[in-house]
Amino acid sequence: MLALGQDEIAKYPFLADAGQYLKDKGFTLEQFGSDPDLKQLIDKAFERIQVAANGKIYKSDLIGNQVSKEAALPREVFSFLLAIVLLKLSGMHTLIKRFALAEARRAEKYLEKDLANISDESKKELAIRIIDDLFSVQVEKLDDYFVITVSDYLKHSINFHEREWKLINRHVENGQVFLTPHETVRLIRKELGTYINSKIINAKTPTMIPGFEGSVNKLVSLSKKFITFTVTTGEYPPCIKHAIKELEKGENLPHSGRFMLGAFLLSKGQSVEQIAPLFKNAPDYNERVTLYQLNHLAGTSGSGTKYLCPSCEKLKTQDLCFAIPECDNIINPLQFGKKRK
Amino acid sequence: MQEADIKFLEDSFKKYYFEHFDLIRVPERTFEREFGYQKFNSGMTRHISIKDDKELHLLFMQNIPSDVYCSNAYYSFPNLPMNEKDWKEADLIFDIDAKDLNLSCRENHTVSICNECNQVSKSSEHCLKCNSTKIEKKSLPCKNCIDSSKTEVSKLSEILIDDLAIDQENIHVYFSGNEGFHVYVYGSQFQQIGSRERSELADYIMFNGIIPETFGMKKFKPNRSSFPDFNEKGWRGRFSKQVFGSKSKRSKIISELLVNGYSSFQKTLDDVSENIGVKIDPNVTMDIHRIFRLPGSINSKSGLTKILCKNLTKFDPYSEASFLSDESVEVFANCPIEFCLKNKKFGPFINEKVTIPTFAAVYMVCKKLATIA
Repeated sequence: MLALGQDEIAKYPFLADAGQYLKDKGFTLEQFGSDPDLKQLIDKAFERIQVAANGKIYKSDLIGNQVSKEAALPREVFSFLLAIVLLKLSGMHTLIKRFALAEARRAEKYLEKDLANISDESKKELAIRIIDDLFSVQVEKLDDYFVITVSDYLKHSINFHEREWKLINRHVENGQVFLTPHETVRLIRKELGTYINSKIINAKTPTMIPGFEGSVNKLVSLSKKFITFTVTTGEYPPCIKHAIKELEKGENLPHSGRFMLGAFLLSKGQSVEQIAPLFKNAPDYNERVTLYQLNHLAGTSGSGTKYLCPSCEKLKTQDLCFAIPECDNIINPLQFGKKRK
Repeated sequence: MQEADIKFLEDSFKKYYFEHFDLIRVPERTFEREFGYQKFNSGMTRHISIKDDKELHLLFMQNIPSDVYCSNAYYSFPNLPMNEKDWKEADLIFDIDAKDLNLSCRENHTVSICNECNQVSKSSEHCLKCNSTKIEKKSLPCKNCIDSSKTEVSKLSEILIDDLAIDQENIHVYFSGNEGFHVYVYGSQFQQIGSRERSELADYIMFNGIIPETFGMKKFKPNRSSFPDFNEKGWRGRFSKQVFGSKSKRSKIISELLVNGYSSFQKTLDDVSENIGVKIDPNVTMDIHRIFRLPGSINSKSGLTKILCKNLTKFDPYSEASFLSDESVEVFANCPIEFCLKNKKFGPFINEKVTIPTFAAVYMVCKKLATIA
């Protein structure tokens, strides 16, 4: 674990050992529930979660310089630790997820600032070490850029669906990808969120502490806001329509196309027997092979693995994507026509 | 395929295998590989593990396979079912096939064989005799097909070496035994990446999914300074050379691009992609559990051997990958296309009985254009 100074812990509170931190500062959780001065911090923690739930980033006291640093720094860490206690007590996973993501984005801002810091070398070093320790990504500084190996880049960039993150749209040289500080940090956002999320999930849930109930109840009702319902139009996406049309015409749909169609229809609840006749016009149709392959996809034969419909990105690579405007914002054909209500 | 044809192919293959054990070697880290094979007119047997050359040769002699395969992946337990194998890593592999290159020569040497009535016709989407659409296409690749495939291999190597920092000696090029080349990359930083990452790498190599901004064209307030320079590395450099042609034309062409605008630039990119993108089969590169034809084994689509190309420029598959015997055999041939093997010309044969060397007979029988008389 990294040795962190007071202001580093305030910036990256998820790196601190929560129990140890409280002990070092000489506090117990019970005190926060009973001491009127400390109780304010529970409100602050609640506020921190509320801001996150609304998709915003918690504005730190550190930024406006309204209060002295000495007072602000521990408060900053406490509100984070107490937020986790509240989340654990409420047991609301949607809130934990939103909180983790917002905290990741908050930390991202600091990481970016530290990486770009040219006056204080140690700040940059720390940011590089955090990225290495947490995500095993070795970042090197090269002139005005930060470079990482292509393989490390790919491991993270595949989580993005925007085209600018595709390797082809990056400056690649000598087995390395060149990034700005902003891009370097943005690249690990999801993992940072996952890291914070798993830290919260793995933290022990305390028994209810007197003085915490009010905020916990408020969280439970807050989380109800985020329950969503989805409706589906039932129409097939263009890639699936295209594949069916090709087969109807007796064209030779490639194996990857057949895989997509089979996996898609199985996920939509059709049976192997319902799907098999679709393939009978294929130039190389063989009923036995078709049934074998569909059963394999469905997981009823072979290893038992149920195969999922490939992502839009993969289908693009395979030349099977025929996107239309309604495909905007989906990443898998199965999401086509689904609307949140 | 008929009994007599299968027997003929098996006998010819067996003779080759017996006489050329020197060409059939287990790959490095044998223990961690999955092997598989197919016999004529039968399905695939895979999830096999093999210890050494001796065991491999035994497999060949006992089964007389039509095709033999080996994984590019390394597993802890290669002989267990796929989800228990414990995948460790996989060499990077690229497949370049003449049939994917949109070559104009293709229709001159591709025939359609009807699955219903066995009629052989020149490339057509339906049978000229019974009108069935159940057509199997067979191609007898020409020199242009091989040369064009070689060009793609060279383009690929350039990207691997310059952009991805792979050592030349870790890139091995094999003739696939039929219509193209398999390019293996060993010991690179990509050994452990998964399928989705490999798919991204394939897009990079194919020049797929580009946005105009990458090559300097902005949607709003585009300016000259962001266009690539002639000497830049990577795709921006290759793009410049392709689009500008020469340094002196750069300025003029940028002006044209700016006048034509953003959406026209997207079109330019698509055209450029056709020329400078490498035409690999992305499905092969992104599959991390595939088994590949074993070097030294025969490709039953042609009767030619998959072999390492030490000098790609000079390599001629029709003289260097044909190892079968010269012994004469009599076949009924219906092969409307002329072909050349071991520097001898054969065909065209129109429904005739001919006596030809075994290597040529195997070639046609494998292509379903002849049967044993």
